[in-house]
Amino acid sequence: MFDFEFVKPSSIVEAARLLGGEGAQALSGGQTLMPTMKQRLAAPSVLVSLTGIAEMKGLSVAAGTLTVGAATPHAVVAAEAARVFPALAALAGGIGDPAVRNRGTIGGSIANNDPSACYPAAVLASGATVVTSKRRIAADDFFQGMFSTALEEGEFVTSVAFPIPEKAAYVKFNQPASRFALTGVFVAKFAGGVRVAVTGASNNGVFRWAEAEAALAKSFTADALQGLGVDDSDMITDLHGTAAYRANLVKVLTGRAVSAAG
Amino acid sequence: MPKDYGIGASSKRREDVRFLTGRGVYTDDMALHGQTYAVFVRSTVAHGRIRSVGTEAASKMPGVLAIFTGEDFKDVGGNPAGWLINSRDGTPMHEPKRPVLAHGKVRHVGDAYAAVIAETYQQAKDAAQQISDDTDIEELPAIVDMRAALADSSNRVHDEIPDNQCYDWGWIEDNRAAVDAAFKSAPHVTTLELVNNRLVPNAMEPRASIGEYFPGTGDYKLTTTSQNPHLTRLLVAAFVLGIPENKLTVVAPDVGGGFGSKIYHYGEEALVLAAAKKLARPVRWTAERSESFLSDAHGRDHVTKIELACDKEGNFLAFRTETMANVGAYLSNFATVTPTFLHGTLMAGPYKVPHVYVNVKTVFTNTAPVDAYRGAGRPEATYSLERVIDKMCRELGLDPFEVRRKNFLTTDMFPYTTPVGLVYDTGNYHATLDKAMEMADVAGFAKRRADSAARGKLRGMGLSTWIEACGIAPSNLVGILGARVGLYDAATVRVNATGNISVMVGAHSHGQGHETVFAQIAAEKLGIPESSVEIVHGDTSKIPFGMGSYGSRSLAVCGVAMTKAIDKIVAKGKKIAAHMLEAAEGDITFEDGKFSVAGTDKAKTFGEIAFSAYVPHNYPLETLEPGLEETAFYDPANFTYPAGAYICEVEVDEGTGKVDVVAFHCADDFGNVMNPMIVEGQVHGGVGQGIGQALLESTTYDENGQLLTGSYMDYAMPRAGDVPFYNVDYSCQTACTHNVLGVKGCGEAGAIGSPPAVVNAVLDALHSGGHKIAHIDMPVSPGRVWQAING
Ligand SMILES: Cc1cc2nc3c(=O)[nH]c(=O)nc-3n(C[C@H](O)[C@H](O)[C@H](O)COP(=O)(O)OP(=O)(O)OC[C@H]3O[C@@H](n4cnc5c(N)ncnc54)[C@H](O)[C@@H]3O)c2cc1C
Repeated sequence: MFDFEFVKPSSIVEAARLLGGEGAQALSGGQTLMPTMKQRLAAPSVLVSLTGIAEMKGLSVAAGTLTVGAATPHAVVAAEAARVFPALAALAGGIGDPAVRNRGTIGGSIANNDPSACYPAAVLASGATVVTSKRRIAADDFFQGMFSTALEEGEFVTSVAFPIPEKAAYVKFNQPASRFALTGVFVAKFAGGVRVAVTGASNNGVFRWAEAEAALAKSFTADALQGLGVDDSDMITDLHGTAAYRANLVKVLTGRAVSAAG
Repeated sequence: MPKDYGIGASSKRREDVRFLTGRGVYTDDMALHGQTYAVFVRSTVAHGRIRSVGTEAASKMPGVLAIFTGEDFKDVGGNPAGWLINSRDGTPMHEPKRPVLAHGKVRHVGDAYAAVIAETYQQAKDAAQQISDDTDIEELPAIVDMRAALADSSNRVHDEIPDNQCYDWGWIEDNRAAVDAAFKSAPHVTTLELVNNRLVPNAMEPRASIGEYFPGTGDYKLTTTSQNPHLTRLLVAAFVLGIPENKLTVVAPDVGGGFGSKIYHYGEEALVLAAAKKLARPVRWTAERSESFLSDAHGRDHVTKIELACDKEGNFLAFRTETMANVGAYLSNFATVTPTFLHGTLMAGPYKVPHVYVNVKTVFTNTAPVDAYRGAGRPEATYSLERVIDKMCRELGLDPFEVRRKNFLTTDMFPYTTPVGLVYDTGNYHATLDKAMEMADVAGFAKRRADSAARGKLRGMGLSTWIEACGIAPSNLVGILGARVGLYDAATVRVNATGNISVMVGAHSHGQGHETVFAQIAAEKLGIPESSVEIVHGDTSKIPFGMGSYGSRSLAVCGVAMTKAIDKIVAKGKKIAAHMLEAAEGDITFEDGKFSVAGTDKAKTFGEIAFSAYVPHNYPLETLEPGLEETAFYDPANFTYPAGAYICEVEVDEGTGKVDVVAFHCADDFGNVMNPMIVEGQVHGGVGQGIGQALLESTTYDENGQLLTGSYMDYAMPRAGDVPFYNVDYSCQTACTHNVLGVKGCGEAGAIGSPPAVVNAVLDALHSGGHKIAHIDMPVSPGRVWQAING
């Protein structure tokens, strides 16, 4: 690890100022950033910790929307969202191990937008709004491909507002080594339609499976997916599975998510 | 009543108190006055010619004390192969020099070609990066695939070895014609090509070494993560650096797992010693996890064709094996024996098969060195045999249980000389198979399969009946076979004046529990509490010259040495007692910690005898030396031959290809069992590693020789959730006939016996679902299973 300065602001405003500085980078749970720094693959000169900002932590529910502060650890979401949005709580409870869940945060996860991360599927499938230090960004606009988001230089996520679906489920198929999602599917049913978001499968990061959404809007059953094919041309092939295998998982897991959502 | 003390008791592991409370003292825990830090500069390319190593700028960086390159070691010795193997045609194997630091060429990603010593770790890291940036290496095409390596002599890992072949070994060459003839006339032949996947050992504690030099005396000390400190001393002293053995102490303190990878001497150990001498300051190094992936000796890596000849009833007529074994870029110390004498000699299994022939070509590639890893050769043998037998059963529509049963050696056949040169002393393979079938409720399988089907899963059952040769090894025999060392072991029993004892053993515990088990045996033999026995190991300045721990040898070799030393103690104690009790030596008996005159109530306790040996006021000084300390060396007469039957049940999810191991039953014959709890623990760990190999662990190099699975993000280790609750039994005991403890060794069994049971179970499940798949290579990952199902 290279040398760096560490600051821990207590408000969003102060954090925004600090993150405007040269070589500054946001640090949330550190579960992604610290290993990268240890391997000398990242060398920020100033780390701006976001975990001391009270307004960025915790859950609140209002008017059918669950808002999660960006600096809220996965373990807190797993415990506190269990009643209002059980699928989200289950997703958070299935990330990594207890150490990761007690440090890692939703803001860090979606800002990083790892193509195998779990949260992006929930955010996209729920049609959530990503609230940043500057603006509100619809999930459909936020994720812009592997490790890439709509965030601009110095901009950071402050919270995520999830419309609470009628029914939802996340089914994750673990990559055997990392236990990230080899493929994961989040299905959310709202009064106005169904959204299906897939993580882990595509070279372009998390994406919505439009054909499944249309089919499930007509009939919210696993059977409704029967005739659908999944195009594997842009899917990931790696040590753990081919594109065709991932395409298969997309379909199988979507069906299982629909069944689990009930 | 289970025993609560001594031999056969499940005494709690005394060492766990310090391990589980964070009070173990590992190499990296030691802080030394004036210490400095070594960081190695490792090749980022698999194969390259070193044009220049850029040390200039790095040498001026803050805190840098010294920089070493291959040039500094070109005149010292190489790290030798421990075993010289001849090819079929009688020519000796190729043994390329393995230098302390790469010189001239780098031969695998992670091959260290320079080292920096600095005041702090970060300074050493910075300078190492600088050297890496400033070094000029001409990249050469990487040799990764064994077949290509053998075929293309224009591209060589070692310039002097044209076909990249270390040797082409045949076992037993004289039998080859008869084996070929048996295949020609056989009613049925089953052929299977398979890969025994390369594994990264992944000991919890990475390798670490500290070198010290004491200018006042000229003594050196190496503290290191070793399974065998005396062997390391011998190699560093006599072969590599030329330090006189008497001026070098090697200490292997608490060591957090080895699985074979810490048997061997590595260049880092020689480097920290040489650097300590140069700086007259302690020099320390601890591997980062990524260095462990790149530079620890890996395991397995065979590409094999196995053939089985039999009649239509499944009676075995012959086995024939052709294997390519990858040794990586250099010969690690046991690399040449693992695919030969630890593999080929096991290719008869526990079966009465008249003809067996094994051919092994060992190949250099631009990958990390490969050497013995838990089981070492025997898992490869067992996997080939048990997989091809299973395939044959399916081809002929035979019951795999019955086929094993009819081919097993029977108890009246021991001692039995196999067609591959081993002499099995004892065993009862029918008993362990019967036991395993009872434990597994084989009769109830159909119902369990139906239950799984109701949950949408395919259920399969797989069998493996394994045997191995351990308790390594008779020195005269291994000498004939090419070993450069003997494989005896030694123990010193020192009775202290107050009657408690210190036992210095040549075996080394790196998690196994020697401190507990050896104390149990000593306590029982001497009739004293276990708490009065201290086991000392791992320090060449304290222990007798022993050969360390690997090959499930600790108890069967070193434990027997200790027992013999105790016998000498008792014999001397009798002499002392005879004097004190004014009786004839022949009338003294020793029982329950007391020396008594037979038929009288005259007796002296063990403690009284000990005291008198050290305070010899009333003592036969004219005829007997004072003191009570004895050493015994023991060289085993034969290998020991544990064997057993493993039955695995899996569920397969056809939609995702995921395999869940839902039950695992082990019926093992380890001979006499000293501590059942520890035996169970060894089996659990071994089977866990076997399940890891079967389902999860893949060491993958790309065509450029880059390790794609160089971290836990891509290298899948088994975790608690991947393994079932094991059902372990060791009640079928045929005591080893040639050691006084009657023990056989249990450390590797689980890793040897389990992989074929798992893979056989997966294929059974798939066949039950109509998927006629002959074979899937390990690791049987979800992606591979799905691919096999969906063509
Ligand atoms: C062993 C292990 C297992 C894991 N398993 C899973 C898994 O199964 N599924 C899964 O989804 N994830 C998994 N993760 C990742 C985990 O969820 C991380 O916590 C997450 O990716 C990053 O969150 P963090 O709070 O730790 O972010 P950090 O590491 O602090 O930051 C990550 C990146 O995001 C930036 N950043 C942080 N917060 C913000 C913000 N509010 N706004 C803008 N940028 C920000 C940082 O600058 C950095 O670039 C695993 C991690 C580990 C170590």
